[in-house]
Amino acid sequence: MGKLNIVGAINSALFEEMGRDSDVIIIGEDVGRDGGVFRVTEGLLERFGPDRVIDTPLSELGIIGAAVGLAAYGMKPVAEIQFMGFLYAGLEQIFSHAARIRSRSRGRFSVPMVIRTPYGIGIKPPELHSESSEALFCHMPGIKVVVPSTPYNAKGLLKSAIRDPDTVLFMEPSRLYRSIKADVPDGDYVVPLGRASILQEGKDLTVVSWGTMLHKAAEAAEGFDAEIIDLMTLKPFDEEAILTSVKKTGRLVIVHEAPRIAGFGAEVAALVAEEAIEYLKAPILRVAGFEAVVPMARLEDFYMPSLERIKKAYERVMRY
Amino acid sequence: MKEDILKYGLPTLTRKTLIDMYAMMLRIRMFEERIVDLYPEQEMKCPVHLCIGQEAIATGVCLNLRKDDYVFSNHRGHGHALAKGSAMRPLMAEFYGKVTGCSRGKGGSMHIIDVENGILGTSAIVAGGIPMGVGAALASSIRKEDRVTVIFFGDGAYDEGALYESFNFASLKKLPVVFFCENNFYATNSHQSARQSACRISDAASAFDSHGVCIDGNDAIEVYKAAEDSINRARKGGGPSLIEAKTYRWKGHVGPDADYEKGCRPKEELLYWMERCPVKVMREFILSRNAATKDELAEIAASITDEIDDAVKFAKESEYPPLSDLLTDVYAPVKEPL
Repeated sequence: MGKLNIVGAINSALFEEMGRDSDVIIIGEDVGRDGGVFRVTEGLLERFGPDRVIDTPLSELGIIGAAVGLAAYGMKPVAEIQFMGFLYAGLEQIFSHAARIRSRSRGRFSVPMVIRTPYGIGIKPPELHSESSEALFCHMPGIKVVVPSTPYNAKGLLKSAIRDPDTVLFMEPSRLYRSIKADVPDGDYVVPLGRASILQEGKDLTVVSWGTMLHKAAEAAEGFDAEIIDLMTLKPFDEEAILTSVKKTGRLVIVHEAPRIAGFGAEVAALVAEEAIEYLKAPILRVAGFEAVVPMARLEDFYMPSLERIKKAYERVMRY
Repeated sequence: MKEDILKYGLPTLTRKTLIDMYAMMLRIRMFEERIVDLYPEQEMKCPVHLCIGQEAIATGVCLNLRKDDYVFSNHRGHGHALAKGSAMRPLMAEFYGKVTGCSRGKGGSMHIIDVENGILGTSAIVAGGIPMGVGAALASSIRKEDRVTVIFFGDGAYDEGALYESFNFASLKKLPVVFFCENNFYATNSHQSARQSACRISDAASAFDSHGVCIDGNDAIEVYKAAEDSINRARKGGGPSLIEAKTYRWKGHVGPDADYEKGCRPKEELLYWMERCPVKVMREFILSRNAATKDELAEIAASITDEIDDAVKFAKESEYPPLSDLLTDVYAPVKEPL
């Protein structure tokens, strides 16, 4: 047991998985000699050599396309895209090929690949460096979407993602990369995909969140008897955990930093509306980002759901 | 005029052009250096990708462009904007995230736009501007306007598929576009030799049946001549060209510091290129041909200092965007119902 931040936890997961399975390889721009923009892949080149830690041209489409080919061939590539907004340049390979090869080949080929990318507001550059576009990927059949929130679950979830037989988008909260240090077991462990974690039990109110926002949602819950659910995997997401909790509390607030419209919160709300509406004592509320491009630092503070906005939502459902 | 031709070797290269060239290069250099000085104050609210060392390229190209010609730039775009005609005030204000900035303090250094001066866009996506630039050239071709579009990109964009798709289309349609590659040898920290099997980017032009040329990007006169040739060719319907200009950025990929201290690049390499400083080369050329005196050049520097002082004061005193700006310019405003 040692204390690690999320960068260290992910690095340790990569080390262990590459040691465990020689098919696991790293591919991306500056991932080798440079150790990645955020130093997440540091030391891997030295340990595993240039055949397994591959520096590529500056080509998102090429990186993802090559990874799809490697995966279809039977390897387990972990591709790094430097920022989530840069992923858009490679969407064609993800949506048109990675997500469909299993179906297209009637199960003869699969694409067991992981795409790692930092997401979200947190390091101050505007727009394409601060994207939180999980809903786009959740919408596309054939892809799994994972968002860790702590060093512990970052390591365990990445290990599960690498071992998973399908394409997994692994969204790393850039704001949390080095801001949380916590105990992480030394040995091999996994956090299974598709299961949520109850961060805190409570009776009055269910809060569903993930990634960076989970921590704000939890902080804002001080003074409320709230049950806080860390979704961790958005696709497929843990419907059972949400329904069980809402049936107990009768109230639901969802917090995410992506824009509200067609955000993943809408999917969670729809699930409860469809499956547990008779248990609700108040309307379901979403606290989310705005219908705007993530702006520069001064406006960024307005864009991001604040403690005040989250608290107001909790108060509103409690007062209803 | 005749005297100019004899002295400087080209019909269009007059004494005035030489002085303008020097003044613009110095303007870009001093603007960027002021950012280096101010950045540690931590008031500038965005990452900056500086073009110190590459000033001859923006200068030599844009002196051949008309105000209504288009430029598509990239994340390292301060020099292109200044050379194409942007004022310092809205640029500096943008870096401070102020409402008086060229993007109303929302876009920062990587998203410079100046429609009036023909800078239609820059973005953080390497090669992202290339398809758009070809689209603009297609539009002027369809409308039969004699506008030329110059797309600036780095050697990193040679790695991106977008370049080839776009070049192929531009060549097929003989579009009035110049693909200008500033080869500074590095994409972030990866050297060209670690990314590309070929070392002459300009040779790619032959694959698209187009004109390609490789030049010294630190020699503003050479850049000027190559750009003049390609821009004229484009304007006359001769189709696209690919100019590769070899140069070097003195600072790291991003930020105000040199990066050799972090082990990203060898210091000797930087020193080699600093010896070939484009501003110094031009200054020495001008003085050696008696095109201007040292005093005249010092006056140019003094007036640039004043311009920068004014821009910084303007930026610092400007307001941040109001809260209401967060939601503006996402869609066209809704028209009042009749």
